[in-house]
Amino acid sequence: MTQQNAYPDALGRFGAYGGRFVPETLMSALQQLEADYRRLAGDPAFQSELRGYLETYAGRPTPLYFARRLTAAVGGAKIYLKREDLNHTGAHKINNCLGQALLAVKTGKRKVIAETGAGQHGVATATVAALFGLECKVFMGEEDMRRQALNVFRMRMLGAEVVPATSGTRTLKDATNEAIRYWVEHVEDTYYIIGSVVGPHPYPMMVRDFQRVIGDETKRQIVEREGRLPDMLVACVGGGSNAMGMFYPFVADREVALVGVEAAGRGIETSEHAASIRRGRPGVLHGAMTYLLQDEFGQVTPAHSISAGLDYPGVGPEHAWLHDTGRARYEPITDEEALEAFYLLSKTEGIIPALESAHAVAQAVKEARSMDKDQVVVVCLSGRGDKDVEQVAALARAPEGEA
Amino acid sequence: MDRIARAFRRPEKRAALIPFLTAGDPSFDASFALFREVIAAGADLVEIGIPYSDPLADGPVIQAASLRSLRAGFSLPKAFELTAALRRDTEAGLVLFTYVNPLFQYTPERFFRDAKAAGADGVIVPDLPVEESDPVRAVADRYGVALIPLIAPTSGEERVARVCAAARGFVYCVSSLGVTGERAHVSARVRELVAMARRYTSLPLCVGFGVSAPDHVQSIAEYADGVIVGSALIRRLERAMADWPEDEAAWAEAVRSFVRELNFPLLRQAGM
Repeated sequence: MTQQNAYPDALGRFGAYGGRFVPETLMSALQQLEADYRRLAGDPAFQSELRGYLETYAGRPTPLYFARRLTAAVGGAKIYLKREDLNHTGAHKINNCLGQALLAVKTGKRKVIAETGAGQHGVATATVAALFGLECKVFMGEEDMRRQALNVFRMRMLGAEVVPATSGTRTLKDATNEAIRYWVEHVEDTYYIIGSVVGPHPYPMMVRDFQRVIGDETKRQIVEREGRLPDMLVACVGGGSNAMGMFYPFVADREVALVGVEAAGRGIETSEHAASIRRGRPGVLHGAMTYLLQDEFGQVTPAHSISAGLDYPGVGPEHAWLHDTGRARYEPITDEEALEAFYLLSKTEGIIPALESAHAVAQAVKEARSMDKDQVVVVCLSGRGDKDVEQVAALARAPEGEA
Repeated sequence: MDRIARAFRRPEKRAALIPFLTAGDPSFDASFALFREVIAAGADLVEIGIPYSDPLADGPVIQAASLRSLRAGFSLPKAFELTAALRRDTEAGLVLFTYVNPLFQYTPERFFRDAKAAGADGVIVPDLPVEESDPVRAVADRYGVALIPLIAPTSGEERVARVCAAARGFVYCVSSLGVTGERAHVSARVRELVAMARRYTSLPLCVGFGVSAPDHVQSIAEYADGVIVGSALIRRLERAMADWPEDEAAWAEAVRSFVRELNFPLLRQAGM
């Protein structure tokens, strides 16, 4: 537990990673945010109000479900699913959004902004903005707006303004750039709800803390069901917030293997993937030192994944550190493998996973296969697949090779 | 006296003019010619912008310039080549502007060694706040290259004091909240920022972000030591490139005439 309390350090570092590499204009706001967060995080009234929203609004605790037919189909370790897909808005993102929106409210901010990739974080932000009566702008890459049109409609229905990011690769990375640029200009009256464990300190710490409810519940639930801790946790990693939330309460439990799943796109040997830890080098993206896909001279190179939520050239700095220390390992899953798992889970369990979460399912299947039948794997099923149905259907219609 | 200090002590100038152009925009050769025009037209210092894929502190004009440069094949080492080529026939201050990731990937050691060898006088890193800057400054100091810091209207007195204490060369005072780009007015807050910084440093204080017109330059010169103009200049260049796509002489003329316009209110004999 000491390890958990020690990181990040005073500079917001997880080992060599993290920190604050942002324009000077934002520095005071980040220091203020850190102070506000530390004060409210230790305030029982804030925590109990947040818990109230998580329970009565988001629908927590989410179930830990034993996937009996999936387990039988794989023929190895028992596979449990932590059902974050059953949260209000359909993914784990709401945990963090409720926490940050409440923080915004308590610190007197009436305007919030967010970046979004798949649209899940944008929808969750638009949702909490409606809940708390906040003005909301969501930055989304033009390419992602096309891929996730349904979520764009959702955000607008919820009263948010969706601002297309037209620069660069027009995906999550560029939406984040645009959100940061907007924040630099409106920092005095606007709260930036970052959607993952990325960005400058204190965001990676804060988002982790708001997402750790996933791991805390899982720990309690698996002990109730199995009488012991799981052998392995598996979660997908784009920025890595569902994984960090799942892993964090288990970091000190060395007997629990932590497996993060990166999007390998068309293969990590190609140039079209989003495997920042596997194939990247340490560098600075969106204000933090972390693993990053980049060329020789530090230009950020585009990521690729079938799933918009994993299509990100960086990763949360705490994951970079968990990787370096060997506490967690990070494995690649290709677009094709994720699609296969998407169908497998749908057909064996009647649960259509988000394409992001399908990456975790695919890796869990690989792992479980070579484990004993009495071993236990918990997969963080971070989101539901409704948003991806159209895209997957289009892929099924496409001629061979175009998928 | 070093070249940066000298740039602020020209008897004929009320304040130093510091134009910014993106290196390699729209090509290495064209950009070399444009930097020379800028210097000949009255720049006391120039900022040589190193293009980056994710320029967080920049608005659309400099983003577009970076993209043009990168698409034309520009890479970091060429910034040193360009600097060295300019240094051959100028004593103007040459200051590199780079985001922190390219600097880290090249390594601070190589970066400042090559910057020094090329004749650069200073380096500005917009996403390297004072908290993260010590290791970088140690290398810059060793090579005798100034690590020029930024302060912003949101910094507050404590940060301004801390940044000023670690400043080298000059202090870049960000005029307003937001990213680089033209604005109709320069915020009055920057005047207070400059006044605050004066209490903590004797280094020159320069104002940038949003400075777009000769009358901005003129009013900033009343209280600051230097004026930085980037996006407005690049927009003149963009317009010339759109109007005369093949005519590099016309681009040069557009840049030259705008720098002269900006320079005019800074000349003492212009008698204000």
